[in-house]
Amino acid sequence: MAPGEVVQSVLEPAGPHAAAIRHLWLLMLWTSVAVFVAVLVLAGAALVFGIRARRHGGPPHGSEHLLGKAVGGAVVLTCIVLIGLLVASVWTGRHVASLRADGAVTVSVTGHQWWWEVEYEDVRPSRRALTANELHVPLHRSVVIKVTSRDVIHSLWIPNLQGKRDLIPGYTTAIWLQADQPGRFRGQCAEFCGLQHAHMAFDVVAEPDAEFEGWLERLRQPAQPPAGEVAQHGLELFSTRRCASCHTIRGTEAAGQVAPDLTHVASRLTLGSGTLPNTPSHRRAWIADPQKPKPGNQMPPNPLPEEEMSALGAYLDTLR
Amino acid sequence: MSTPQVLDVSGLPPGAFGSRSLMWWGTMGIVLIEGTGFALAIVAYFYVKTRVSHWPPAGVAPPDLLWGTVNTLVLLASLVPNELAKAAAVRVDLRRVRLWLLVCLAFGVAFNAIRALEFAHLNVWWDRDSYGSVAWLLLGLHTTHIVTDFLDSAVLAAVMIAGPVEEHRFVDVEENAVYWYFVVLAWLPMYGVIYWAPRLI
Amino acid sequence: MNLHVASAPDPKRLAFERTWADPPGWRGRCAAIDHKTIGRRYLVTAFAFFLLGGALAAVMRVQLARPGHPLLGPDLYNQVFTTHGTTMMFLFAVPVMQGLGIYFVPLMVGARSIAFPRLVAYSYWMFLFGGLFLYTSLLLNAGPDVGWFSYPPLAESLYAPSKRADVWAQLITFTEVASLAVAVALVTTVFKLRTPGMTLNRIPAFVWAQVVTSFMVMFAMPAVMLASTALILDRLVGTHFFDVEQAGDALLWQHLFWFFGHPEVYIIFIPGSGLVSTIVTTFSRRHLFGYLAVVLSLVSTAFMGFGLWVHHMFATGLPQLGESFFTAASIMIAIPTGIQIFCWIATMWSGRVSVKAPMLWILGFFAIFVAGGLTGVMLAAVPLNTQLHDTFFVVAHFHYVLIGGAVFPLFAGFYYWYPKITGYLLSERRGRWVFGLLFTGFNLTFFPMHVLGLHGMPRRIYTYLPEMGWGPLNVLATGGVLLMACGVLLFVFDALAARASVGAEAGDDPWGAGTLEWATSSPPPPGNFPSPLTAGGREPLWDNPPDQPVVVGLRPGVRDVLVTHVLDAEPDHRQKFPDPSPWPLLTAIATTGLFVGSIFTPWAVVWGSIPVFITMVGWFWPRSASDGGTRPWPVAGRTLPAPGELPAAGGAI
Repeated sequence: MAPGEVVQSVLEPAGPHAAAIRHLWLLMLWTSVAVFVAVLVLAGAALVFGIRARRHGGPPHGSEHLLGKAVGGAVVLTCIVLIGLLVASVWTGRHVASLRADGAVTVSVTGHQWWWEVEYEDVRPSRRALTANELHVPLHRSVVIKVTSRDVIHSLWIPNLQGKRDLIPGYTTAIWLQADQPGRFRGQCAEFCGLQHAHMAFDVVAEPDAEFEGWLERLRQPAQPPAGEVAQHGLELFSTRRCASCHTIRGTEAAGQVAPDLTHVASRLTLGSGTLPNTPSHRRAWIADPQKPKPGNQMPPNPLPEEEMSALGAYLDTLR
Repeated sequence: MSTPQVLDVSGLPPGAFGSRSLMWWGTMGIVLIEGTGFALAIVAYFYVKTRVSHWPPAGVAPPDLLWGTVNTLVLLASLVPNELAKAAAVRVDLRRVRLWLLVCLAFGVAFNAIRALEFAHLNVWWDRDSYGSVAWLLLGLHTTHIVTDFLDSAVLAAVMIAGPVEEHRFVDVEENAVYWYFVVLAWLPMYGVIYWAPRLI
Repeated sequence: MNLHVASAPDPKRLAFERTWADPPGWRGRCAAIDHKTIGRRYLVTAFAFFLLGGALAAVMRVQLARPGHPLLGPDLYNQVFTTHGTTMMFLFAVPVMQGLGIYFVPLMVGARSIAFPRLVAYSYWMFLFGGLFLYTSLLLNAGPDVGWFSYPPLAESLYAPSKRADVWAQLITFTEVASLAVAVALVTTVFKLRTPGMTLNRIPAFVWAQVVTSFMVMFAMPAVMLASTALILDRLVGTHFFDVEQAGDALLWQHLFWFFGHPEVYIIFIPGSGLVSTIVTTFSRRHLFGYLAVVLSLVSTAFMGFGLWVHHMFATGLPQLGESFFTAASIMIAIPTGIQIFCWIATMWSGRVSVKAPMLWILGFFAIFVAGGLTGVMLAAVPLNTQLHDTFFVVAHFHYVLIGGAVFPLFAGFYYWYPKITGYLLSERRGRWVFGLLFTGFNLTFFPMHVLGLHGMPRRIYTYLPEMGWGPLNVLATGGVLLMACGVLLFVFDALAARASVGAEAGDDPWGAGTLEWATSSPPPPGNFPSPLTAGGREPLWDNPPDQPVVVGLRPGVRDVLVTHVLDAEPDHRQKFPDPSPWPLLTAIATTGLFVGSIFTPWAVVWGSIPVFITMVGWFWPRSASDGGTRPWPVAGRTLPAPGELPAAGGAI
C-alpha cells in the first residue's frame, strides 16, 4: 500500500452500511439545496417588491389575506418535506440496523489513551487473536465490533464502512459493519480524549476470506524464537529493559498489559496508532523517542546506544 | 395639534402585597430556578440507581428513618409560625410580625441542628460510591436552602426589630414567607427519595 | 414628532434627571445601577470577550492551515480550543443578548428602570469577574483543556489532574449566576413594568423573545450548575457521580450537560430572531406579519428545545426507539423557525423596504442561518449523524446557525441601536464594508468545513497527517479568518470614530421606527421617560393617536416607577426604586472569593460564605428611614393595599 492512498471518507462507501447512509445524505443534500434556493428566491422577491413599493410610493404588494394563505401553504409544504425526511431517516436507520448476519466475525475493541486494543473472539479461548491499532475484515461477511474503553471516552469511526460508535468506560455496545470492496481504509478516534486524540487512528484492511483467515491464523501464533545472535540479544533487551513491563509478546516472558500487544508488530501497516508508516527505521526512531511524533503519549523515550538499538530493532523485525 | 391627555397615577398606593408586588415575581423566579435544580437532582438520583443492581449497594443500610422523619415534622410545623408571620405582614401588624419571625427562627435553629443529625445517620459517606454521592447531593442541596433561608430570615427579623422599619418591609416579610413555604414543601419529595426510595423501590 | 414632554432645559426635567442619574466619579461607577449603564457594560465586555474568543479561533486556524509541524503543541492547543468555545458560549453569546435585553427591554416597554437594578448590577460584576478568572487562569497555563463540554472521565481528576477543569466548572457557576439573575429581572420587568396600554398583544417581538429566553435560562441553567457542581465534588472531595470505578456514570454528565446545552443554543438564537423581527418591521415600515404566529413560534421553539438534547448523544449506542423520538423532535423544531422566516418574508413583501445597514445583516442572516438550519436537519437524522458527529461538518453547522442566527442579527442590532445608545449614527459606507468582509470571510472559513467533515476530518485535533488531503480546504478556511478579522476591526474603528463624523448625530428616531425606545432622546436620559408615553398599539410611535395619554403623577425627587398588571398593563401601584449602591460590587467581590477559593478547598465554602453574608446584609439593610419611599414606622393607618384590595382611587384616563 502506498502511503498516499489513505481512504477515510463518508462519501466513498465500501460497504452496505456506509452506502445506505450516503443515500440518505444525497437525499437530504438535494432537498436542502432545493429548500435553500426556494427560501432565497422568496426572500429576494420580497426584497424586490418591498423596495419597489417604497421607491414608487404606491400601495404595498400583497393583501394580508393572500399572504396569510401563502405563509400557511409554505408551512404545510415545510411540514410535508420534514416529515418525508423524518421517514427517510427512520427507514435508513432501521435498514442499517438490519444489516447483520449470524456467524459474524466478532471483534472486541477497547479504547485506551491513545491506542486501540483489538481482540478477535472465538468460542475456543486458544483461538483468540490479539493485536492493536489494526483491523482486518473479510469481504462480504458481517463483522460485529464490541466496543468499550479502559479509561476515557473514545469513538471508533471508519467512515468508509459505518457510522461511529463511542467507546464509553462502563458500557459495552455492539456495532455492525461489512466491507464489500477490498482495500485499505483508515479509522480515527472521533471523541476528544486528551493530548493525543489527534494521533489515535487505526488501519482497516478489507480482503478476501482466505487471506483474512490466513492473517488471523498468523495472529494466533506466538512469536517465533529469534534466529541469530543479534536478534536474540534484542529479545533479551526487550525482556530485561522496561519494554516488557508495558508490552506483551506472546511466546516470551514479556507480559505487560498496559500497552499494545507487539507479538506481530512488524506486520502492521502503521506505528503509534496510525501516526507513522511501519518501517524498520521508523520503529527504531519510535523506540528512541516516541514523544517526538506523538508528544504526551504514555511511552517514555528510550535513548539506547546504537548497538543495542540495532539488536532490538532486529528482533522486532522478526515479529511478522 | 391637540395636547396629549394625561393618565394621572398620583392616587395609586406606594406598594402592594402578593402577586402585585415585584418581590413576589422575583421570589417566584428563584422558586422556578431552584425547583428545577431539585427536580434534576432527583432525576439524577434515579438515573444513578438504574446503573447499579442493588440499591443501596450491598453492605450499606438505608438512611435511618428517625431523624429524617422528625425533621420533616419540624419543617412542616414551622409552616404554622410562617403563615402567621405572613398574615401579620399583610395586616401590617409589626408586633405580630416580630413575634412570629422569632418563632420561625427558633424552628430554623431546630431543623438545622436536626439536619446535622440526619447527615450523621445517612449510613454512607459521600465518597463511598455513586449511591453515597447522590444521597449526600440531595441532602446537601436542600441543606444549603434551609441554612440560607434561616440566615436571610434572621436578617429580616433583625431589620424588623432593630429598624428602621418601613411599610414596604412588610412586603419583604410576606415574600420571605412564600420562599419559606417553597423550601419546606420542596423537602417533601426529597425526603421521599432519600429515605424511602432505598426501602420501597 | 417628539412625544416626550417638554424640551430641554426645563427645571422639572433637570430635577428628574438628577434624581435618576448615577453618581459621578469612581465611586459613582462602582455604585451605578442605571440599567443603561449596566447594559452598555455588558455589551462592551461581551464584545471584548468576542474579540478574545475570535483571537483564539484565529490561532486555531493558523495551526490547522498546515498539516504536521504544528505551531502549538497539543497541551496549548487543547487550552486554546476549550477557552475559545467556553468564551463564545458563556462569555459572549448569552451575555451580549442579555445585555441588549437589559438596555432595551425597559425602554421598549416604556419603563423607567429594569426590575431589581442592583441585582442586575451584581450580575454584571459576576460575569466580568468570571471572565477575568478564566483568562487569568489561561495566562497562568491553567486554562481549561478538556473542551467546552468537559466530558468525564477525561475531566475527572485521574485524567485531568491540574486545576484546569475546576476553573472551567467554576466559570460556569459565575456565568450561570449572572444569567439567572438577569433572567429573573427581565421577566419581572416585562410582566410588571409595562406602560399602560401595552397589553400582551402589544408587546414588541424582541421583548417576547427576551421573556421566552429568560424562561429558558431559568429552566436550563440549573442543569449545568448541577453538573458542574457534581464535577467539582468528584474532583475535590471524592464523590463518584461520573467515574465508573465506583458505579458512577459517564453518560449522566452528558444527559445533564446537554439538557442545558441544547436549550443554550436557543437561548442564543431566540433573541437573535427577536432582533430580526424588530429590524424587518422597522425597515419594511409595517407591522410584523403574523405577530401571533411569531410569538407562538418563539414559545413553542422554547418548549421543544428542551426535548432534543439526546441528539448530541446519538453515537453512544442508545436504543433505536428513543433515538427516533429525538430525531423527530429535532426535525420538527424547524417548523416554528420556518413560520418565523415566512412571516418575515411576508412582512418585507408587503412593506416598503429600505436596505440600510441593519437590513443588510438581516439579509445575510437569511442566507447563512437557513443553510445552518438545513444542515441541522441533516444532523438530526441518526444514520447521517453517526457519520458526521464530532467532525468538522458539525463545526460548520453550528457556526452557520450561531453566527448566522445570532451574530449577524446582533450586528444588525448594533447598527440599529448604536444611534440610540450613543446619539451618533454609524457610517453606512463603512457598514457595507464590514458586512461584505464578514459575510464573505465567514463563508470562506466555514463552508469548506462541511466538506472536510465529509472527508473524514474529526474535531478537536491539534494537527493532521499531510496524506489525509485536508490541507487545501484548511488553507481556504484560514484565509476567510483574515477577511473576518478585517471586518471586525473596521467595525470597532467605526464604533469608536462615529462621533467624529460630520452629520452623524442621530436624533431621537433616525430610522422612523415605531417602538418606545425611540420616543425618548438618544441617548435616553437617566430615568428614560420623565412622563412615560402609554401604548395605543404594537408600534406606539406609528399607532398612537395624537392625544395618547402620558403618565403623570409619579413622585418627584424619588426614583418612582409605575407598576402595572400582568395581563392588561393597567396601572396598579407606584414603587420607589433603590438608589445607587456599592453593595452589588462588594457582594460580587465576596462571591468571587468564595467561588475561586472553593476550587482549592471545600472549607472555602464555609469561610468564603462569611464575607458574602456580610455584603448581602449591607445590601439589604435599610440605609435611612426614608429608604423605601413610604412612611417610617410606626404610623397609624396603612397605605399599602392588601392582596385582594383594588388600588386606591386610580387615575383618570
